[in-house]
Amino acid sequence: MQRIGVFVCHCGTNIAGTVDVKAVAEALKNEQGVVFSTEYQYMCSEAGQSIIKNAIKEHKLTGVVVCSCSPRMHEATFRKTASSAGLNPYMVEIANIREQCSWIHKDMEKATEKAIILGRAAIAKVHLNAPLTAGESPVVKRALVIGGGIAGIQTALDIADAGFEVDIVEKKPTIGGKMTQLDKTFPTLDCAACILTPKMVDCAQNEKIKIYSYSEVESVSGFVGNFSVKIRKKARYVDETKCTGCGLCTEKCPMKKVPNEFNLGMNNRSAIYIPFAQAVPKIATIDPDHCNMLKNGKCGVCAKICTAGAINYKQEDEIVEEKYGAIIAATGYNPINLDKYDEFAYSQSKDVITSLEFERLTNAAGPTSGKLLRPSDGVHPHTIVFVQCVGSRCGAEDSKGGKSYCSKICCMYTAKHAMLTREKYPDTDVYVFYIDVRTPGKNFDEFYRRAAEEYGVHYIKGMVGKVMPQADGKLLVQGSDLIAGEQLKINADLVVLAAAIEPDKSARPLATMLTASMDTNDFFTEAHPKLRPVESPTAGIFLSGACQGPKDIPETVSQASAAAAKAIGLLCKDKLTCNPCVAHSDEMMCNGCSQCEKVCPYGAISYEDKEFRMPNRTTAIRRVAKVNPAVCQGCGACTVTCPSGAMDLNGFSNRQIMAEVDAICR
Amino acid sequence: MQGRMIEMAKKLLGDGTVNRVIGWKKGEFAYDITPAVFENAEEIDADFVYDDFCGHNLSKYLIKESKKDGKMLVFLKPCDTYSFNQLIKEHRINRENVYIVGIPCEGKASAETIKEKGISGITGISSDGDNFKVNTIYGDETVAKSDVLEERCTVCKSKKHVVYDELIGEDGEVNENSSRFDMVAKLENMTADERYAFWRNELSKCIRCNACRNVCPACSCENCVFDNPNSGVSNKAAVTSFEENMFHIIRAFHVAGRCTDCGECSRVCPQNIPLHLLNRKFIKDINELYGDYQAGEESEGRTPLTTYTKEDCEPSIVNERGCK
Repeated sequence: MQRIGVFVCHCGTNIAGTVDVKAVAEALKNEQGVVFSTEYQYMCSEAGQSIIKNAIKEHKLTGVVVCSCSPRMHEATFRKTASSAGLNPYMVEIANIREQCSWIHKDMEKATEKAIILGRAAIAKVHLNAPLTAGESPVVKRALVIGGGIAGIQTALDIADAGFEVDIVEKKPTIGGKMTQLDKTFPTLDCAACILTPKMVDCAQNEKIKIYSYSEVESVSGFVGNFSVKIRKKARYVDETKCTGCGLCTEKCPMKKVPNEFNLGMNNRSAIYIPFAQAVPKIATIDPDHCNMLKNGKCGVCAKICTAGAINYKQEDEIVEEKYGAIIAATGYNPINLDKYDEFAYSQSKDVITSLEFERLTNAAGPTSGKLLRPSDGVHPHTIVFVQCVGSRCGAEDSKGGKSYCSKICCMYTAKHAMLTREKYPDTDVYVFYIDVRTPGKNFDEFYRRAAEEYGVHYIKGMVGKVMPQADGKLLVQGSDLIAGEQLKINADLVVLAAAIEPDKSARPLATMLTASMDTNDFFTEAHPKLRPVESPTAGIFLSGACQGPKDIPETVSQASAAAAKAIGLLCKDKLTCNPCVAHSDEMMCNGCSQCEKVCPYGAISYEDKEFRMPNRTTAIRRVAKVNPAVCQGCGACTVTCPSGAMDLNGFSNRQIMAEVDAICR
Repeated sequence: MQGRMIEMAKKLLGDGTVNRVIGWKKGEFAYDITPAVFENAEEIDADFVYDDFCGHNLSKYLIKESKKDGKMLVFLKPCDTYSFNQLIKEHRINRENVYIVGIPCEGKASAETIKEKGISGITGISSDGDNFKVNTIYGDETVAKSDVLEERCTVCKSKKHVVYDELIGEDGEVNENSSRFDMVAKLENMTADERYAFWRNELSKCIRCNACRNVCPACSCENCVFDNPNSGVSNKAAVTSFEENMFHIIRAFHVAGRCTDCGECSRVCPQNIPLHLLNRKFIKDINELYGDYQAGEESEGRTPLTTYTKEDCEPSIVNERGCK
């Protein structure tokens, strides 16, 4: 028989204002097993905790029920209190008489009655509590960063700086991500390559960092501190250890008509290619879809020309398996597909481009060597119309793939594009159609005002209704000016669309592998939107950059460093304390039906064929469930799914929950 | 049909494809067929029978039988194959040890229904296809087979075998127009009080013989919660007459999403409780809330109740529907 102490908290007037706390303490005194019952103004205070500690010692309590706020608030506090008085912390139960009682009721009499019932349920549960001991699991002191954009690079550099080994997996042949394609960066207008490439080189030269370029995560198993990851190194048909990056092969390759994805298809590259001059690693890659040697065995020029002998047409994908203590998702973003936005004539006219394409057109390493020329005829455009919010801030009824959220970066990069255009080509008229201009970052609004006020960019509040390509090559832009209240028609040479951004397509399958949760837009969700913004709810998974939500570079970098700090905090530990409230299966009851395995969101359940001793000296082999306690988060999904009741949860056993229900229904 | 089945069983036993055969043999009465295991041709010749009263779903027997050494030949009717697949999905049957011969089914007759027609003292039953000639101690009677079918056969959901190694005869089709949910819809249209009264009346007949549980292919637990004193449920169903009713409700919850609607529970109930209606209510709800789903149609994958998708209904739907 347990000796139970009941402690009813007033929480000032939070509880006592609606619940007669004295009556609750008095009523619960009569419950079976209760040897002590009292109330106090603030149970969580130093003095309140002393009451509990003294009662545990004085009345030799074996169980404690605290009638107070939600267990999310102070369960840990009271467990610590009990522990310091020599009681197993898991012998403490909380009856939530604040959030689930006093705060939601007005009638004192009824609220008091409910508080008594809630207390009764907690007492019934404590009767069946058993002391639990938390286990420990080791931590592999190595991190994996998935995605090698500026977010992944910054996270990797920070983790490496703290002395831990870190691997970057990047699906493209080079790290660097979207930032490599940008020209200048707002609000300071420093060149993207100038600030990014040193970081890329740092990654390559850092002894602690290993880059798996042109590689993808194949599968993830394990748990916080002990992930096991299979990485697929895609065949690039070039021996990485031999290639010097001289680029001779790319010059001699006869297949030169491959759309160059680095320049968004605005010029061509060869079938064997190095994405751009500053690529890291600077190793050639053969595009198997376009290489004649790989397609039909007729060519082999690059192998003949390569002095290092690095070309290997027979190379195959390679799977590498590595262990990691922490994983950081940094999968980034992409502009949405604009094919369905017919009103802007994006697919009809070459001179309607996205902002990222504009970025390439103004970049010295771009298809026009940095000269702003129209893609259709290579003529300098004199009138440019920028359209904001293309696919951003759409209503729920949008059928074109538009997003409900604000893509956050477009206002600023458009201000940058407009300003730079006006500066370099003062003879150009620049119009920006906007819904709102959102510039809340540091020095952002000043930047936008400079574009509008000093550089004479025409900002027009309103949306563009239609872009019509004309016979003379011009684009007739119809839009409305909401402030002037008039319809506008502008004969433009170039239209630039600020396409919404969305998470990279690889994020969804990755989230499934990581058992990390996502929102409806496929952005990774954080453990808490305000207080734990760089952690996934899944332990050991951290979020860096735009995979968590639209972000500009300064914000991405600060979040990347924050994610690194969180990962370092984990890697610093030698051992992790496990939550003892985990599921376990009664092998004698288990049918091996696999339903628990299917509902487990953490992949904590596996099956094994086990030999059982049966009557008459016989044995039988049965398939039974096994829970990995280090992975189990104690959600209980398996226990309610198990038809035979073989699955049970420590601290929340089926019998305990049944006892609570019985106590409530009594 | 019986002849072809015996021929096939003897052939497969003879060439060593299988070591044992599970089928049916005659019981004490003509309608009292019982499942049986045959180990050689002589036993088959002596006892093997297949007629309109072979309603038993043999899939459940395979849980134990497939764990024994050697291969077993089983004759499965279309609806039995759904149970078989579901058990494969739950890893309860060792597939390698089973050789399935799919047999066509034109509906099975119910001796209970014959008796309800006032025919008693039955000594023998013979069939000419559409009609039964029933010999009784009071003389011979004739009843149409269509009048004495099992309830489940009158609303047959499928004549298609979803799994087999070999077929006798042609495979049939899924019956998309089965009216099996009509009675459930009728119950749904009752007021809560009427429905409560209906079920209290039906379930009060229960004598807790456990026949429904023992015959149910979905009730395949190694150790049933009702036999496990530590489950906190076993004595629950014996405290009061009301809580005793909970036995069936709990059982329906345990098989929800896994029940193939084979109808064995109602077939074996000695008190004629329409237990299948509880399961059909779940099936109907799953179809309506999560999209059409037939348990046992596939031998792998997830069931609607063990899958989460963004399109899943909110839990409040239960409240909204219940308050209707």
